[in-house]
Amino acid sequence: MSVDVAWAQAWIRSSAQVLSEHRAELNTLDREIGDGDHGENMDRGFQAVLPKLDAVPDAATPGELLKTLAATLISTVGGAAGPLYGTAYLKAAAAVSGAAELDGPAVVALLSAGRDGIVLRGKAESGDKTMVDAWTPAVDAAIEAEAAGAGPGLILAAAADAAEAGAVATEPWVARKGRASYLGERAIGHRDPGAQSTALILRCAADAAAQS
Amino acid sequence: MKKLVNDPKNVVDEAVAGFGAAHADIVRVSLDPVFIVRADAPVAGKVGIVSGGGSGHEPLHGGFVGLGMLDAAVPGAVFTSPTPDPILAATKAVDGGAGVLHIVKNYTGDVLNFETAADLAEADEIEVRTVIVNDDVAVKDSLYTAGRRGVAGTVLVEKIAGAAAARGDDLTAVAAVAEKVIGQVRSMGVALTPCVVPHAGEPSFTLADDEIEIGIGIHGEPGRERIKLEPADAIVDRILGPILDDIPYVSGDKVLLFVNGMGGTPQVELYIVFRRAAEVLAERGIEVTRTLVGNFTTSLEMQGMSITVLKLDDELTALWDAPVHTAALRWGK
Repeated sequence: MSVDVAWAQAWIRSSAQVLSEHRAELNTLDREIGDGDHGENMDRGFQAVLPKLDAVPDAATPGELLKTLAATLISTVGGAAGPLYGTAYLKAAAAVSGAAELDGPAVVALLSAGRDGIVLRGKAESGDKTMVDAWTPAVDAAIEAEAAGAGPGLILAAAADAAEAGAVATEPWVARKGRASYLGERAIGHRDPGAQSTALILRCAADAAAQS
Repeated sequence: MKKLVNDPKNVVDEAVAGFGAAHADIVRVSLDPVFIVRADAPVAGKVGIVSGGGSGHEPLHGGFVGLGMLDAAVPGAVFTSPTPDPILAATKAVDGGAGVLHIVKNYTGDVLNFETAADLAEADEIEVRTVIVNDDVAVKDSLYTAGRRGVAGTVLVEKIAGAAAARGDDLTAVAAVAEKVIGQVRSMGVALTPCVVPHAGEPSFTLADDEIEIGIGIHGEPGRERIKLEPADAIVDRILGPILDDIPYVSGDKVLLFVNGMGGTPQVELYIVFRRAAEVLAERGIEVTRTLVGNFTTSLEMQGMSITVLKLDDELTALWDAPVHTAALRWGK
C-alpha cells in the first residue's frame, strides 16, 4: 500500500470514471440549488486530463501529475469549480513536490494544502454549504488519524469517510456562498454538489491507495 | 423540449461560428479558444474592453462587440463562466498598449476565472483593471450571500465604458466611468416560465402555470419570492419599487429606463411594461430622458423581463449618445 506516482495515476483515472458515472447525479444536485451543470463541468475537465496522463513519463512524482491535473481543470472546467479544484490540486502538488512516495505526514500536508487553496480562492468558511464542508472534515480526520499513528492508506480512508459525512451534513443548511446563497431557506434539504464531488474524489484517493 | 440545435455539446461553437459569419464586417471570431473581437482589434492607443460569461444571454456579450462598445467578448459554455485561457487570449488580442478593462458580472465563477486571467495577463505585462457589475437589487448584499448578481445593467456599463474608451480616456478613467455607472444602475427581473439548458434537456426550475418568480436571476436562480400571476402593471410596481428605493432619487432626476426581455417574452408585452414603468417614474417626478427596450440580456427561452434604471448626468448621457456600431446596438455612426 504505497502512495506514490502509480497511486496518483489511479486516483486521477478513477476520479474521472466516478465523476463520469455520477455526472447526472451531480447535475441534479446542482439544478436543485445552483445552475445544473456541476456534473457536466467536472466530467469535461477530468476527461480532458486522461490523454495528458498518458503523455507524462513514468518517473513523474505524484506532485507532477497533480500539477498537470490542476492546469487542465483550470483551463477546461469553467464556472467556480474550475478555479477552485484547480487551485486545490495546484497547492496540493506544491505541498508534496519532489516526493516520489508520500508518508502519513505528506498525505496530511497534501490534503491540508488542497483545502487551504480552495479557501484562499473561494473565501468560503466552514458552514457556508460549499465544498469546504467536505474538505475541512477530511483534513481534520486525516490529522487525527496521522496523530494516532495511521499510515497513508488509513489516513486517506479516514479523510474519505469524513468528507462523505461532511457532504451529507450540508443538507439541512442555508448556503452563504456561490449561487445557492441566492436561495435563502430554499437551499435547506439539498446536499451541496461541490461537497458531494469532493467526497467522491477523496473516496477515489482512498480506494486507489487500498488497491495499490 | 424542442430546440434548434445539433449536438448539444456544440451549441456555443456553432453559434459563435454563425455569429462571426453573419457579422464579419464588425467582428472576428476565434474558435479555439472561443472568443469574439472587433474586426479591427487591437486599436492602437485605446483601452481595450473585454467582457464575457456563460452563453445563453445573447446578445450579451458578443452582440456588443464593435465600435464604441466592447473590444472582445468571451462566451463560456451555456450558463458557465469561460475559463481563464480564452479570457487571456481575448485580452491579448485587444491590447492596444493602453491596458485592458475587464467588465465582469458578479457570479463566483466569472469573478474567479477573470481574476485568474487578469493575473496571467499581468504576468505578460498587460495592465488589467476589473470592474464587477452587481445591479440586481433582488439579492440582499450581505455577508451571507455571494453578493448581488450582475444582470441587464451590464449592457449599460459596457456601452458607456466603451464610449469612454473610444473618446480616448486612459484605463483609470475608463474604469472610473464604469464604476460610476455601476454605482448608479439598479435592476430587477421576473420570470413567467423557466428556461432549458441544451445539454440538460429539462427545465432549470419549475413554476406552476399560475406562478411567477419575482427577482429571478438570468440563469433562473430564484430571487425574492414566488407569487401568483398578476396583471402587468402590478408586477411592474413590485419590481420597480425596490429599484427606486435602493438609491436616493429626488424630483427632477434624469434616468435611462431599460426594459429587457428574457428571451421568450414578445416585444408587445415589453412595451406594456415600459408604459407602466414610465408612468410610475413620472409620478415620482423622475424624468426618463433615454430609453432602451428589447431582448438584450436573455436567459435562453425564458419568458419574463427585467427593468433597469440608470441615474444619468450630463457625462453619462453624452457617453450613452456616442456612436456605437455592434451587432445588437448601433446608432450615431
